[in-house]
Amino acid sequence: MTDPLGRPPVRLLVPAALGTLLLLLPLVTLVAGTPWSLLGEQLASPELREAMWLSVLTATVAMTICLVLGLPLAWVLARVEFPGRGVVRTLVTVPLVLPPVVAGVALASAFGRTGFIGEPLRELTGFSLPYTTAGVVLAHTFVALPFVVLSIEGALRTARREYDAAAATLGATRWLTFRAVTVPLAMPGILAGIMLGWARSIGEFGATITFAGNYPGTTQTMPTLIYVSINSEPEAARSLSLVLLVFSIVVLVALRDRWLVAR
Amino acid sequence: MRMRPLIAVSVLTLLPLTSCSSDDDEKQLTVLAAASLTGTFETLASTFEDEHDGVDVKFNFGSSTTLAEQGVDGAPGDVLATADEKSMTIAEDGDALAADRMQFATNELVLVVPADNPAKITGFDDLADTDWVRCADDVPCGRLALSLLEENKVTAEPRSLEVDVKSVLAKITSGEADAGFVYASDAVAAGDDVLVFDVPGAAEQLNPYFIAPLDQNDSGDLAQEWVDFVSSDEGRKILDDAGFGKP
Repeated sequence: MTDPLGRPPVRLLVPAALGTLLLLLPLVTLVAGTPWSLLGEQLASPELREAMWLSVLTATVAMTICLVLGLPLAWVLARVEFPGRGVVRTLVTVPLVLPPVVAGVALASAFGRTGFIGEPLRELTGFSLPYTTAGVVLAHTFVALPFVVLSIEGALRTARREYDAAAATLGATRWLTFRAVTVPLAMPGILAGIMLGWARSIGEFGATITFAGNYPGTTQTMPTLIYVSINSEPEAARSLSLVLLVFSIVVLVALRDRWLVAR
Repeated sequence: MRMRPLIAVSVLTLLPLTSCSSDDDEKQLTVLAAASLTGTFETLASTFEDEHDGVDVKFNFGSSTTLAEQGVDGAPGDVLATADEKSMTIAEDGDALAADRMQFATNELVLVVPADNPAKITGFDDLADTDWVRCADDVPCGRLALSLLEENKVTAEPRSLEVDVKSVLAKITSGEADAGFVYASDAVAAGDDVLVFDVPGAAEQLNPYFIAPLDQNDSGDLAQEWVDFVSSDEGRKILDDAGFGKP
């Protein structure tokens, strides 16, 4: 194990180790503190299964929307030259740094019962998004879309433009090139983006509870269930947290084995 | 075990409060108080500071349960005020109190609707088929709402179970819900943004507020003086104005 560049300096290794420890310790203590004997009983509770199902359902629907909207958006940002592209890219990523509760308030101002679009929609159709599963999907989409767009755009940038150019010289239209060349080449990145977005969506809490509310069966997802049970049933909250942790690890392992390492 | 890291962080954030004033003449009183007392206790503090020269009252507002647990853990603080009996009992059982607890106020559950009353609600019976919200079952304001709904045989289902009373109020003031259950003091704080309706039977199920000096009190007599002030006529008037009921 001799690195031709020399030994890694301790002054870099120590903070690196501390950083790892900081990230891992709370997760280890979370797992260690899980009330294993009660776990089976808690996982079987109808409330939990309902919330888990709703989380998986809304995250999956949200990712379908993210793919339909995010792939074209990422392609435009990566492949089309237009004035203000940098500005658009920055604006699209704002929800990444927005506190989720603020995202919820922003969503309510647009799609809430008294919102810019929400109010006329309610007057015309009688339908409004808050307190519905569709509202949860919207919140998830809003929060996860930037993740998806950024990952896919990165993948499209690394898939070299020259292949697009080669397809064009062979007479392919831009749409055919997109379908037959660009997307297949960027597929690992696209899937990774969708998986990351899915994981983000599963963990979404602030925007969901602020915009869509919290009611079992319609809007109560795993994280909101954890939050409302922390005070009354700390053990149940812990078991739920463990389930979420397993979800995230499965996603990361899937990403690592299939795509991240292969690159 | 679960609360330890949280408590450690909370304690660390409180440390500067205790250390900064020790070298000058100013005396400091630190009050751990339930979040629903925020505006009211701040008003009380300015009067108290006027009457006690060189005294600076600091607050740590939060969930009653969390504050009581912090009190038991020895968090810096001279007085504890909780919005329920359960939390004060936690402090009592943990030997964190320096004197007997005292009930100093009550809060009554009321029904509030947005000022323009979009669902034309005139009382407790109009809830069916409206978008109304309450606190979740496990939160004190939710337990109280649940019990009053049962007592009045109301079967209408809420659209959302909010994590605390402030979230319920926010849904009403923003017009995102037609009606919601909050405490009378919250309704007073919301002013003209809401219309208030009494809940039948609420006057018999009041939410009690307790106060007591803490064992780790290092403000000397100030802690007891604060407790006395809160229950004095002057303090009583401020609590009344804020919508709190008599103990």
